[in-house]
Amino acid sequence: MLALHEVTAGYGHFTALWAVSLRVERGEAVAVVGPNGAGKTTLLRVISGVIAPRTGTLAFESTPLTGRPPHEVVARGIAHVPEGRRLFPALTVAENLRMGAFLPAARRTFAETLERVHALFPVLAERRQQRAGSLSGGEQQMLAIGRALMSRPKLILFDEPSMGLAPVMVLRLFDLIRKIREEGYTILIVEQNVRQVLKLVDRAYLLEVGRIRMEGRADELSEQDFVRKAYVGL
Amino acid sequence: MSPGRLLALAVLVALAAAPFVPMGGMRQYVLHVVIQIFIWSFIGQAWSLMGRFGLVSLGHGAFLGVGAYTTTLLWNFYGLTPWLGVVAAVLLAMLLAFVVAYPCSRFGITGHYFALVTLAVGEVIRLLLIAERDWTGGSLGVTLRAPGSDASLLAIQYADKRVFYYGGLALWLAGLWVWARVDRSMARSAMEAIGEDETAAASVGIHVTRFKLGITMLSAGLTAIGGVAYAQYIAYVNPETLAGIGVSLRIVFAVVLGGMYVLLGPTVGTALTIALSEYLRVVFGVKFIGMAETIYGLLLVIFIIFLPAGIYGSVAALLRRRRVPAAAPA
Ligand SMILES: Nc1ncnc2c1ncn2[C@@H]1O[C@H](COP(=O)(O)OP(=O)(O)O)[C@@H](O)[C@H]1O
Ligand SMILES: [Mg+2]
Repeated sequence: MLALHEVTAGYGHFTALWAVSLRVERGEAVAVVGPNGAGKTTLLRVISGVIAPRTGTLAFESTPLTGRPPHEVVARGIAHVPEGRRLFPALTVAENLRMGAFLPAARRTFAETLERVHALFPVLAERRQQRAGSLSGGEQQMLAIGRALMSRPKLILFDEPSMGLAPVMVLRLFDLIRKIREEGYTILIVEQNVRQVLKLVDRAYLLEVGRIRMEGRADELSEQDFVRKAYVGL
Repeated sequence: MSPGRLLALAVLVALAAAPFVPMGGMRQYVLHVVIQIFIWSFIGQAWSLMGRFGLVSLGHGAFLGVGAYTTTLLWNFYGLTPWLGVVAAVLLAMLLAFVVAYPCSRFGITGHYFALVTLAVGEVIRLLLIAERDWTGGSLGVTLRAPGSDASLLAIQYADKRVFYYGGLALWLAGLWVWARVDRSMARSAMEAIGEDETAAASVGIHVTRFKLGITMLSAGLTAIGGVAYAQYIAYVNPETLAGIGVSLRIVFAVVLGGMYVLLGPTVGTALTIALSEYLRVVFGVKFIGMAETIYGLLLVIFIIFLPAGIYGSVAALLRRRRVPAAAPA
């Protein structure tokens, strides 16, 4: 469904990703793990079109995606739950969700999608009129995910959704992502919480200083392998 | 009919009848002040289309100047009627807006930096107008060539102020209509999202550059129309009154004073600033030239600190808050 071929990208003269190749099949959940500064966020930004790759190609559903701007990527069916949530804090929960369905195709099915999102996150229905900035961390993360779902994506990119959440909340969040997965969405998730995320996904990649160092099925890769590689560097 | 609509209708009827109300010897003066309020309110509305979304321009004089000089020079040199000249004026102002706003949007120049860029653009246009004195008359300005006796309509020059009064009224209403249209559109939610967080806006599929450019070019085009209207009314253009920092800041003062997030904010602010400068002119005469600017400056600082929603905006919000508990079932 999504294929990156030898993608190199960076900021100015700095290169953050070196010839990264990666695939996500339809219906799959794939994780990219790696320490801070490995380039995980950069990778998702390249996919969602915020950064154009310097070399290499991207394809989504067998059509090229290289260098397409973000609004087009969203329209093609890829939603991004960005690092640090990036809600519109002064807008209400309802307004944030409405913004998620900004594109015409999503606007047409707004009511129906909203119902599904409310069923998944009842707290968002309760807090409809509250400003997004006044929600708790966990609720904000749910809103960020709900907003992404509002665009009716096929593939959802998660950037460290567990970041900054209390341990109980982290477990709940992974449960919710599992539920979203079961509804048939394809998922690419970036995490530092290796233990939890390996229980959730089918396959995983280890990214380290901009290069893919390891890849495999989640049940074959022991957590130790990844943790050792990623954080001890052996 | 709701009380609000009734009031609006009454105000409209009063405005339409005003030029025929006997005012002793004051009629010409009153008409002159009200015409200015109409035109500058329209310009303030155009400015606030950007300002309310955090696109603060300190160089709208550039678009005024481009508009006013385009029609004036086309008329003076080629005899082209301002009815057509205004099309060229709007296109030129939009082109200028594009040339300024596109790189700003691409390279992420926002907030204070954007304001500084526009400030510079306003000055550049003023200096260009002064430098090109063979055409523009330099800092002395140019007078609109008087039309033949039967060509008033073609030249949009009339001795009777009432013509400009109704023209100004129509322009002001058209500005209100555009403002309300934008207020109800998807562009408004898109621009609000962009104003809060550009990256987040892009991540939900908002074409950030397109919306920013669109609203900037709309604002610039309308401002150029305002510049044309003012030039036609005064029949004289001059770089100081229609370009540069002075006039650009006066537009901003008026809108911030009245409030840029409400329909009538720019109008209330413009009426107050014009009334204030007329008052100062009558009281102090020419002794204190620059007094008005100093007072505007102080007021602006006070307003930005204490009443960021503006006079009208704050009063409107206060009224709304009063009404809500009564109307909403507990
Ligand atoms: N906007 C930016 N400008 C310049 N360098 C950046 C920017 N964002 C990230 N980087 C650098 O790129 C590298 C990868 O960052 P990032 O993709 O955020 O890593 P991760 O998400 O894995 O922590 C880091 O060295 C970081 O300092
Ligand atoms: Mg990151």
